[in-house]
Amino acid sequence: MTATTTASPKGRRRDGPARPGRGGASRRRSAGPLFVAPFMVLFLLLYLAPLGYAAYLSLFQERLIGGTAFVGLDNYTQALTDPQFLHGVGRVALFFVIQVPLMLLLALLFALALDSGLLRLARVIRLGIFVPYAVPSVVASLMWGYLYGPDFGPFARIARKVSLPVPDFLSDGWMLGSLANIVTWEFVGYNMIILYAALRTIPTELYEAASMDGAGAWRIAWSIKIPALRPALLLTLLFSVIGSFQLFNEPKLLMNIAPDVITSSYTANLYAYTLAFTGQQVNYAATVSFLLGLVIVIASYAVLLTANRRRTP
Amino acid sequence: MTALTPEATVAPAVEPTADEQGRKRHRQSARRRSTPLTIAMLAALAYFLLPLLWLLIASTKSTQDLFNSFGLWFSHAPQLLTNIEDTFTQDDGVFVRWLLNTVVYAGVSAVGAALLAAAGGYGFSKFRFRGDRTAFSLVLGAVMVPTTALAIPTYLLFAKAGLVNTPWAIILPSLVNPFGLYLMRVYAEDAVPDSILEAARIDGAGEARIFFRIVLRLLSPGLVTVLLFTLVATWNNYFLPLIMLNDPDLYPVTVGLSSWAAQAQNGGAGASSDMFALVVTGSLISIVPLVVAFLMLQRYWQSGLASGGVKQ
Repeated sequence: MTATTTASPKGRRRDGPARPGRGGASRRRSAGPLFVAPFMVLFLLLYLAPLGYAAYLSLFQERLIGGTAFVGLDNYTQALTDPQFLHGVGRVALFFVIQVPLMLLLALLFALALDSGLLRLARVIRLGIFVPYAVPSVVASLMWGYLYGPDFGPFARIARKVSLPVPDFLSDGWMLGSLANIVTWEFVGYNMIILYAALRTIPTELYEAASMDGAGAWRIAWSIKIPALRPALLLTLLFSVIGSFQLFNEPKLLMNIAPDVITSSYTANLYAYTLAFTGQQVNYAATVSFLLGLVIVIASYAVLLTANRRRTP
Repeated sequence: MTALTPEATVAPAVEPTADEQGRKRHRQSARRRSTPLTIAMLAALAYFLLPLLWLLIASTKSTQDLFNSFGLWFSHAPQLLTNIEDTFTQDDGVFVRWLLNTVVYAGVSAVGAALLAAAGGYGFSKFRFRGDRTAFSLVLGAVMVPTTALAIPTYLLFAKAGLVNTPWAIILPSLVNPFGLYLMRVYAEDAVPDSILEAARIDGAGEARIFFRIVLRLLSPGLVTVLLFTLVATWNNYFLPLIMLNDPDLYPVTVGLSSWAAQAQNGGAGASSDMFALVVTGSLISIVPLVVAFLMLQRYWQSGLASGGVKQ
């Protein structure tokens, strides 16, 4: 291993043309597309084609008389004034604003606690918090659904035993919070692991230098660790935007036990599903899906832009 | 800088090796442990384990005891084995079928997605070719496209292609993992030293051989990460199979369990109201394999995940 001269700067690619006249260089150029091709072909077929198809379908309407007709942006104007769609989007936006900061704050605190080295049983705790991620949302919703139960649920039983008012987790006022609890339970550990993994890559010399300068654990966390976590936090935030706006599984499953509270348009995604599979309104469902995707992309960009603007000054 | 070998500059950044972890642990044990912090974290742990504890206890109960006894303690007549047997034999053993379907869907998807992402990530990180930047930014942008919003148009396309109600309807969409590709690209940049590629080329190895013999091995922590997370995503997938499949023989365990749960809910207290116990026991059985996989492979996926979070 004496060939150290070829070590390129980290993260930068070398240009093929920079090393002319070598057989290796031309072979490298021709092999690249072949490695990328299988993924890209499936990507075109399974990402771009459905997106394009949804966009196309959203421009048509199925009429009782005369079959399918081109209607331009009519479906969009309909969706943008459709109270069911707007309520669905509003509900997941509210969910996002409340649940995500809470979840990420918890994940951050757990990750910092684990990384601080002050914990006993750190490994057990880390894996225990992560385990819910491996539980399907179907099972998570079923479990919490039983636990929430106003008649037989353990919380209700305990409340009755000590003569406290029984919290009705499945009522209209509580439902969004109950859903937020399930989602938080499922994903805190996942986000924590991403943050924790990023923390582990910070060179320990930085901490040593800081503590030599008299910085305590809190100071180190605030001034070194959290700034270093920026990219990881941004990543978790992006995933959370995507996750919350397409909320579906948990409300769909709790619908079984609280059909009066969770309507078929409770979230935007649930609404799209209802339109397509029980209402047979394929074109309108495509419009709603497409708009929902657009909302998510816009929200993601907003998150990215805000994060980048804060960094520049 | 000149004194560093390529391996020394790249490897530790993404991969906290056992060696490094040992060093860190040593550093930490020198400090004092905090009892209040430990207690606070154990309280948090209780919250995360409580539903699972409930599931474990509930799966030892008959449907009647599920409603009559306190949820967080065992009933007088535990019957875990009976429940397991009932779960496996209900409807001519359809639950076993669901489990097998899940294993096949998730296994094929995970291996396929990991290989595709590895090849693509390696291609983007170590080769320059026309349009590579455009193609990569397209994939990067797609990380933001919600898969469930894609699901309905995908369903409509698949219906036209006659793929609905076949295993392909679940496997094909799971093969493309844009975040996996991004992760593998970042990972390959650091974990695959150019010097090794050069050396292998000088020795006359073909590109395919280099990839399968050398690169895949170097990428293995990243590969395990993508594999495991695709495995979970497909294993736990509910929306896609819910819309794509209507033949119960093709259901994965998630859709199967939710159909049982709906039956139990609507069936009331009729003769076949054992369903609740089956739903609970089936839920328990369905989460065991994944939890075991995560526990066994934790060293790999944790280090693989780090690279995605560090780079921007």
